[in-house]
Amino acid sequence: MKNLKQVLLDKLANNFNISNESTQECQGDLTIVIPKEKLLDICTFLRDDFELSFDMCKDVVGVDYNRHEYRFEVVYNLYSLKNKFRFLLKVKVDESNIHIPSVVDIWPGANWPEREVYDFFGIIFDRHPDLRRIYMPEEFEYFPLRKEFPLMGIHGSIPLPYK
Amino acid sequence: MIETKEKSKKSKILEALESQDVSAYFEDPLENEMILNMGPQHPATHGVLRLLIRLNGETIIGTVPEVGYLHRGYEKLAENMTFHEYIPHTDRLDYLSPLANNVAYVLAVEKLAGIEVPKRAQFIRVVIAEMARIMSHLVAVGSTAMDVGALTVLLWCFREREKLQDIQDIFTGVRFTTSFTRIGGLANDMSDESIGALKNFLGEFPGKLDEIERLLLKNRIFIQRCEGVGVISKHDAIAMGLTGPNLRASGVQHDLRRDEPYLVYPELDFDIPVYEDGDSLARFYLRLEEMKESVKIIRQALDKLPVGPINAALPKKVLPRKENIYSKMEELIQDFMLINFGISMPVGEIYHAIENSKGELGFYISSLGQGSPWRLKIHAPSFMNIQVLPILLKNHLISDVVAIIGSIDPVMGEADK
Repeated sequence: MKNLKQVLLDKLANNFNISNESTQECQGDLTIVIPKEKLLDICTFLRDDFELSFDMCKDVVGVDYNRHEYRFEVVYNLYSLKNKFRFLLKVKVDESNIHIPSVVDIWPGANWPEREVYDFFGIIFDRHPDLRRIYMPEEFEYFPLRKEFPLMGIHGSIPLPYK
Repeated sequence: MIETKEKSKKSKILEALESQDVSAYFEDPLENEMILNMGPQHPATHGVLRLLIRLNGETIIGTVPEVGYLHRGYEKLAENMTFHEYIPHTDRLDYLSPLANNVAYVLAVEKLAGIEVPKRAQFIRVVIAEMARIMSHLVAVGSTAMDVGALTVLLWCFREREKLQDIQDIFTGVRFTTSFTRIGGLANDMSDESIGALKNFLGEFPGKLDEIERLLLKNRIFIQRCEGVGVISKHDAIAMGLTGPNLRASGVQHDLRRDEPYLVYPELDFDIPVYEDGDSLARFYLRLEEMKESVKIIRQALDKLPVGPINAALPKKVLPRKENIYSKMEELIQDFMLINFGISMPVGEIYHAIENSKGELGFYISSLGQGSPWRLKIHAPSFMNIQVLPILLKNHLISDVVAIIGSIDPVMGEADK
């Protein structure tokens, strides 16, 4: 386990210039922050590299940190069946440029999780094949998991059935 | 005279029918495409799943699953309550195995807080998680069989499940929404009465399971309905992020109990059944096999059950016992602080998952050091499993839809969060 972590960090540092400062560790969970421009290249590399072979994208998580710069973060939960190794790949997204490339071409299973992030945070995944809302109704105007959305909802935002 | 009257009467009805605007007029109904809307209220979709199916004759050429009819916003709710308060909400995720959801959630929180629970609590958690697996698989097995026409199996499965629910009733005090685990331990210890009841059940259950299996093992109708139906290849299953029995039925040896061990699973001896076929029948038999393994696990865990406390001795993180709150000052203060302000968590983000009956149930928690999570994301296995339905249904007949939905065993409470 420890060994593979070092291999992963070395490969990312050599091929993509990802420095060690961009990694965090919390209770044994490894998180690596990468720039948005390199996302597709790094993901393709992680999947196709024989030694690493991260063949599963288990989940895509959006987080709203309510900060001035890089308000949102998108976290990819990657798993390698061969090495039984998991880590979190993180990309920061600014509110002024809320686009991020979609990884559906690399892992088709990321389709619905990306739709979910779009539904809840309004982050737009470029070149996603079917970017629709998934939980909320199609005509809903807000993004409910953003921090400014009130817990009780907004009155009148979902029309109730006429009695 | 009478005949002509009859004739004119008939022609009037015919006239009325033919004067209606019939926009869809088919030369041969089997050679035209049509859209069929199945659900959200349909007995075979196991909840409020909606499928839009595009048919060519009776063959399915495309499917669009729609989820979200049971969306309750549990992730938003989690951000507005303390870690303790969220435990009852986990019951409502996969409502067929609430105990396992409780275990999954508290394990994630304990990982973030760095709490080590006592050995006895860990063994009891294994027992209840495996109980939940049996309860969930019984429903899955029964309803799959019912969907393809074998009603007896459903009744027999529910009879067994009822016994387990009675044990759960002795154990946790409720039959359905258990909320049994606590951060740092459990709500109650396991009484000798419930251990005895559970052991009795384990003595009878394998025999009953064989009876259920015998109903279907050589049942030609059942096998022909399920064999070779809804096949997903190993490569597709991995790429689509399938987990749990659905992944293992496609020949992938992936079980978090082995691959990312948690609780005391490394100390227990059990097998992980894997099937190579990847069809509905393989998924069905895999669940039957898994129930037998669960029985093995519970037996071992009950034999090895150590004596000792069930809650970690960390007053700043673990709720005190109720009887101490009423009689001791410190416990009263701790309880007040924990209930009102929550545990003070370290800053950071973690992900922890367990092998639930449907697959990998994980919780991603991002904490900014407050009493409530900044972001809690539920990785729901049913959500990922429903995602593969278009692949599974493609080029099958419309009568296979129910056999396929039943075999991937979706629970909409979990998929819709």
